[in-house]
Amino acid sequence: MQLITNCQNKTVYITLRGELDEHTASRARKDADKLVEQYASCESAVFDLREMSFMDSTGIGFLIGRYKAFSRYGVVCYIGGVTPATDRILSMSGIYALMPKL
Amino acid sequence: MSNYMKLELSALSENESFARSVVAGFCLPLNPTLTELSDIKTAVSEAVTNCVVHGYKRKGEDKTITLECSIRKDEENGVGELHIVVCDNGCGIEDVERAKTPFFTTLEGEERSGMGFTIMQAFMHEFSVESEVGKGTRVTMVKRIGAQEE
Repeated sequence: MQLITNCQNKTVYITLRGELDEHTASRARKDADKLVEQYASCESAVFDLREMSFMDSTGIGFLIGRYKAFSRYGVVCYIGGVTPATDRILSMSGIYALMPKL
Repeated sequence: MSNYMKLELSALSENESFARSVVAGFCLPLNPTLTELSDIKTAVSEAVTNCVVHGYKRKGEDKTITLECSIRKDEENGVGELHIVVCDNGCGIEDVERAKTPFFTTLEGEERSGMGFTIMQAFMHEFSVESEVGKGTRVTMVKRIGAQEE
């Protein structure tokens, strides 16, 4: 899994590219936590799932974990670019109450 | 038309992607839609991940996952059925009903969502878990393909 960032007007866009499962999650968590430190002064963060080719329930834990990390710095988090498949999993988890869907 | 496969693989997270791709490839003769394929891959990924993460606790034991699939297609009406069995010979689940509860996880501090069984249930037409402590766990799932949704 690759994380691609783009920062505009105090909003950091983090694009998740590739497959997110139990195997790829540990590396993705480390990479994402570095980004949290790097973009802690932003006002908001958008996790863009448009380029994610696969995600299982690992994605829920991953996103909630990053939500918690960004929240410590007062950065508001959103989820963007959901596909029908990721949307079904994320809706079931109730995560949009924490990270609204754009 | 009917077909069957059985695969044994090490309970390693590296095999999650392999396992779900194998099942997706195997059921292609049923002409699944992209949504159906995605449901199947997700459910298999959840089941295999459970074996990898929860199945084996003892050091040095032989950690194996058995993945069995069969497909059957009714040529008259074009409706197909995919049966999937994922099992391990690991520690088993003490309380299966509790394990199926949404958001329940035994690994609190590890960013686990506790949604694995819930997702398998939601994405497949039939789903069941049989488990015996000390013997292992067996998840059975069925996906009907090409049928009118009830």
